[in-house]
Amino acid sequence: MPIVLYRVDDRLVHGQVVIGWGKPLNIGFIVLLDDTVYGSDWERDLYRMGTPPEIELRFADLAEAVRQHATWRVEPANGIVLTADVATMAAFCQAAPPVERLNLGGIHHKPGRTPRLPYVYLADEELRTLEALQQAGTVVTAQDLPTTRAVPLEALR
Amino acid sequence: MSDALRGVVVAHGALAVALVQEAERISGQAGTLVAVSNEGGSREEIERRIADAVAREPSVVFVDMPCGSCFFAAMHLARQTEGVRVVTGVNLPMLLDFLHNRTLPPDEGAARAAVKGTDAIRKP
Repeated sequence: MPIVLYRVDDRLVHGQVVIGWGKPLNIGFIVLLDDTVYGSDWERDLYRMGTPPEIELRFADLAEAVRQHATWRVEPANGIVLTADVATMAAFCQAAPPVERLNLGGIHHKPGRTPRLPYVYLADEELRTLEALQQAGTVVTAQDLPTTRAVPLEALR
Repeated sequence: MSDALRGVVVAHGALAVALVQEAERISGQAGTLVAVSNEGGSREEIERRIADAVAREPSVVFVDMPCGSCFFAAMHLARQTEGVRVVTGVNLPMLLDFLHNRTLPPDEGAARAAVKGTDAIRKP
């Protein structure tokens, strides 16, 4: 399974993703699934500038990600699919199964969200969305780094 | 509006506070740099913290890494804010030189800081 991590992280491409997960998982590419970034030449250039040259950064909106998912899963290089929010990842999981495991890596405070872990804040609606995903077969855990404990979704209620 | 450039240091965890404290302690210039941490913030929140520190003044924003949340937040703000420039790889020598060259225009101040910071990286 060359997509070795499906992650929700509102900081998108940053040190924990590129180094913390990227090094031990020997990542060859990251798919940044974000409609805003996908639609902006400037944002895409910015994210390319901030990504190490050994990692290929790809951009997708939801439609493109759904089209490409099967292809990414059979590539020889290991990859990460990254979204900034639960809603985008949930839409992707529903439209392009299978996604066996989903990692909540960094969802920070916003009005309406309550703290579940120091690095995970969720609104009740986001929690319900994740519970529905898990019921549909995707195992959801929170884990900021591979060296820390994976926290099951049930513990975030 | 002040004539001098503002210096804003943006870094992971407590690093920015430590760099600012030591730059001010060594130079004897207190209150001339502002520290911003990325701790616990989304990219939008980090950008808001940097914007508060910049306070619409001509500024050089010093960032720890040429990637990551601090970098992206600073670049986002700089794109939307006139007179704000970003320098990556912040170190003490570039901050100390900056403190004595704050009357430069933002572009020149940032370029000078990048040169001074790079000059300090040596293998004696």
